[in-house]
Amino acid sequence: MSEISEKQNELIVSLWRGGKSGAYRTYRVPRRENQTVLDVVTFVQRHLDPTLAYRFACRVGMCGSCAMSVNGRPRWTCRTHVSKVAKSGQLQIGPLENLPIIKDLATDMRPFFEKWQQAQGVFKPSRTRQDAIAKIRPDTRARTAADAAIECINCGVCYAACDTVRWNADYLGPAALNRAWTLTNDERDAGNAERLSAVAGSGGCHACHSHQSCQEHCPQSLNPTASIAALKRAAASAYLRGRIKS
Amino acid sequence: MNVRLYVWQRATAALMLPLVAVHVGLIFYAMDHGLTAADILGRTRGSLLWASFYGVFVIAVSIHASIGMRNIAAEWAPISDRNAGRLAALFGLLLLVLGARAVAAVVLP
Amino acid sequence: MSIYLQHRTSTLWLAALVHRISGLSLAIFLPFHFLALGLAIAGEARLDGFLRWTDALSVKLAETVLVFLLLVHMLGGIRILLIENLAWSDRQKELAGAAAAVSALLAFIFLARVLI
Repeated sequence: MSEISEKQNELIVSLWRGGKSGAYRTYRVPRRENQTVLDVVTFVQRHLDPTLAYRFACRVGMCGSCAMSVNGRPRWTCRTHVSKVAKSGQLQIGPLENLPIIKDLATDMRPFFEKWQQAQGVFKPSRTRQDAIAKIRPDTRARTAADAAIECINCGVCYAACDTVRWNADYLGPAALNRAWTLTNDERDAGNAERLSAVAGSGGCHACHSHQSCQEHCPQSLNPTASIAALKRAAASAYLRGRIKS
Repeated sequence: MNVRLYVWQRATAALMLPLVAVHVGLIFYAMDHGLTAADILGRTRGSLLWASFYGVFVIAVSIHASIGMRNIAAEWAPISDRNAGRLAALFGLLLLVLGARAVAAVVLP
Repeated sequence: MSIYLQHRTSTLWLAALVHRISGLSLAIFLPFHFLALGLAIAGEARLDGFLRWTDALSVKLAETVLVFLLLVHMLGGIRILLIENLAWSDRQKELAGAAAAVSALLAFIFLARVLI
């Protein structure tokens, strides 16, 4: 693990190197004012070890690509100030949890997106271009519910934070189920019967234990636990009315 | 955990809320009045009321606890979902049998 | 503390863990409870003999723990039923803490009565 630096202007960071059976390796990085964790990773790759693999894009907290495990918590590294997390001068950075590691700090996001599809987190149109445009009022209960959960940018932080994902390989995860909930509330969508069946199966919304780690870690301040709670109700109700099989 | 198991577990949980409250109340009552086994059995023997109350309680808890155990086994033990389900069903059966025996023991005249 | 546990200390995560552990403990205890009651089949004497054993302090403490587990599991269950059936409340952390406190209080009352 990392040692504590004697120098005030130096950080000692542990970065995960390798795949699943890799290890943490230590690097010394100059400490600067207003430094983010992404700055630290970038410094290592540019000046110390060009073989380090990591992902980023916008650098300004809009795309979610730079999500990593920082001292055990999944976060956006471009929006994490070193001063906030490296209190004793120690920093441990690893790839997002619950996903296969490609190399170093880059994970394979495919299982995350595959589960998104499995949860039917996909809009199914009910009209064609020949029909009139649907008029959606923004203040209906359904639209308000959808809007509260709609700003998800699929960064994977909630998925990495979720212990039910960790313990249950079938569990679709907070992001996929949160999106399914927004679509359930979309008046224009025609795929709800199929969607409720998809989230009512093993590994669906009913597997959620309401730990609320997703809500705690979401950088967009979304609340997947609330969406999933409502989805549980919708699916159970549909099941009791014989609309879905189990 | 799917919707079917979920509905059964939540329903039995809700059913047991008043049952547990009464049960804990009874325990406190029995302690307060220093009831002996003979006293308690004197009240339960031949009682349709207690037979029904604890009969329902046993059935509900057998279902509820076995589903809970299924989840724990599936998530924390290195066994398949299917085997977790089988173990849970066995456990539920155990509770049902022992529970029915216990109810019979205290209500049969 | 491992890094895994260090970052899982939120009230609601702990509430879920307590709920699970209390449920597991109760489930393990239940067959023994049923077996003890089954002793009544052999007549009051057998059950009374068993109940006298329960006068021991260690047993009283164990019973107190059981009462606590039952109450905390039930209150935790009510928390879940509320989350899943009523509109979302942001006061859940306080409610979860209150539930644990109430369970502990009632269990303590039980202990006090059973010792006197």
